[in-house]
Amino acid sequence: MTVAIDRATGQRRGDRTPRPGPALRLKHSVQKYWYAYAMITPVAVVLGVLVVYPLVYGFYLTLTDANSLNTARTIGVNHIDATYRFIGLDNYQDILFGPASYDRFWSHFLWTIVWTAVGVALHYTIGLCLALLLNQDFRGRTLYRLILVLPWAVPTFVTVFGWRFMLADTGIVNTALHALHLPEPQWLEDVFWQRFAAIMVNAWVGVPFMMVSLLGGLQSIDTSLYEAAEMDGASAWQRFRYVTLPGLRSVSSTVVLLGVIWTFNQFAIIFLLFGAHSSPDAQILVTWAYYLGFGQQPRDFAQSAAYGMLLLAILVVFTSFYRRWLNRNDQQLAI
Amino acid sequence: MSTTTTALTSAPTAEAPARPAERRSRRGASGPLASAARHTVLTAASLIAFFPVGWLIYLSLGPDKDDYLHPGAIWDKMTLDNYTFVLGHTSFLDWLKSTLIVVLGTTAVGVLIAATTGYAVSRMRFPGYKKFMWVLLVTQMFPIAVLIVPMYQIMSDLGLVDTYLGLVLVNSSTIVPYCAWLLKGYFDTIPFEIDEAGRVDGLSPFGTFLRLILPLAKPGLAVAAFYSFITAFGEVAFASTFMLSDDKYTFAVGLQSFISEHDAQRNLMCATAVLIAIPVAVFFYLVQKNLVTGLTAGGTKG
Repeated sequence: MTVAIDRATGQRRGDRTPRPGPALRLKHSVQKYWYAYAMITPVAVVLGVLVVYPLVYGFYLTLTDANSLNTARTIGVNHIDATYRFIGLDNYQDILFGPASYDRFWSHFLWTIVWTAVGVALHYTIGLCLALLLNQDFRGRTLYRLILVLPWAVPTFVTVFGWRFMLADTGIVNTALHALHLPEPQWLEDVFWQRFAAIMVNAWVGVPFMMVSLLGGLQSIDTSLYEAAEMDGASAWQRFRYVTLPGLRSVSSTVVLLGVIWTFNQFAIIFLLFGAHSSPDAQILVTWAYYLGFGQQPRDFAQSAAYGMLLLAILVVFTSFYRRWLNRNDQQLAI
Repeated sequence: MSTTTTALTSAPTAEAPARPAERRSRRGASGPLASAARHTVLTAASLIAFFPVGWLIYLSLGPDKDDYLHPGAIWDKMTLDNYTFVLGHTSFLDWLKSTLIVVLGTTAVGVLIAATTGYAVSRMRFPGYKKFMWVLLVTQMFPIAVLIVPMYQIMSDLGLVDTYLGLVLVNSSTIVPYCAWLLKGYFDTIPFEIDEAGRVDGLSPFGTFLRLILPLAKPGLAVAAFYSFITAFGEVAFASTFMLSDDKYTFAVGLQSFISEHDAQRNLMCATAVLIAIPVAVFFYLVQKNLVTGLTAGGTKG
């Protein structure tokens, strides 16, 4: 007997009567759920072959000293076999506690945390303000919405290119600052201003997603709640605080989590804004890992992959705590 | 209930004496001051949103390669020469072809297989459900640096390096999990009674999905397609690693190679960038009507 619909109550079904043996359970489970398994099979296969397997292999690489000089490669017709060795956890030891660990890992780590925190905070606040403004009936709201979503609609590699022109020494931004008699920072060379510019461009790119998501969340809040609040004499601020924010809770918790993950792993903006080779101080962990693996000679595959593993570990730990924190506050993530 | 149209939010002082009359229907018309403030903020935000793109378009009209240094001079001698040059004398059309193949392929594959998965995780609670959802989320967290080397090896073992299929598959691996998640949220908003009715009428779960749910889920599918399209179009790292021959470059790679090849010719670079942005903008405006509703229900609801 197949059960196609099993309401998403979020609860586990109660205690079952004595559990049958494993083989029988497997058989029952396959009979009962084969539709579900058939439907998720394509995704499971794609993820297994193209994500899980490379991940395991990548993890193995972090335990070796693989680089572009000792991995298997083909030069012309000659095939050279891999000669890298297994070195255990030395890569992690070196990255986290080695002599150059502050310069290479911890400084990038700190800057990545700042980058993520400031980035997501800006995305969320600006996105929420714009969504609140757009969530009312007035003339021209569709036009505003269309223009405001533009940074999302144009590919990042094109817009970052545009930003480079604007932020160049003689670009429009500095020309405007000059006309206003303000200081003209070296946006693309000076470390502080590089970071400032990167955060600015990131905010510009990331706000539309937040805005559209939160706008959707706002539209799904029942209007009668606002009417009831008004009847009770709630001020605008109170309506925002006690109706809007709770109504947005599930949307917010999801987009903030996605925002953190995406900003933490944001590759294109910093990579394209400053180029792969310049300015190590403005690199976040992702671009730095890419630089180790692809931007230098010899390419250090093992260290690059170890950075990747550390990044993944940081995000998994963060997400676990975030979920636990949400559950404690009786909120459910959309996942 | 009073329906006086007064701006409670932005002009409390102006109307202070008439406190009880201030209440108004929230979605109704608002006062002129609030309206002016709103339009000011939104106009400013729109200008900021549009300016970098607009500036690129403006610079692309200047005929000389140094025009970006004196943007004021462009106004008097605007020309489309840069565009005709890029279209006629560069690999632009090759890149367009390969980008379209890869992006449309990724979108089709991504949305199709994500749709069944999204439906399964929306409607059915099978053993391993929680783990599966966790895997979908964790996949979002993978930094490219871990995956790209092993992926390259797999692709080269399968003979898929430098093929469109290879890039489509690699792109799908990042796009599918999020689309599945997005669509799950959307399917959750479609009443379960519809499935039940379909089942009572004798449809199989696949039949219910194909005949009843998919047609209802068009806005959600549009958003998933939009997301896939934008992501695949803007993907830089995979495309530059897996595409080797320059007639198979996607725009993301092509634009970079164009920069190194025509280093000083900024006018041509701008024109190329603008030409690249156009197909995306067109696609975007085709699906945008569904965007808010779809994403609303989709990406965000539990």
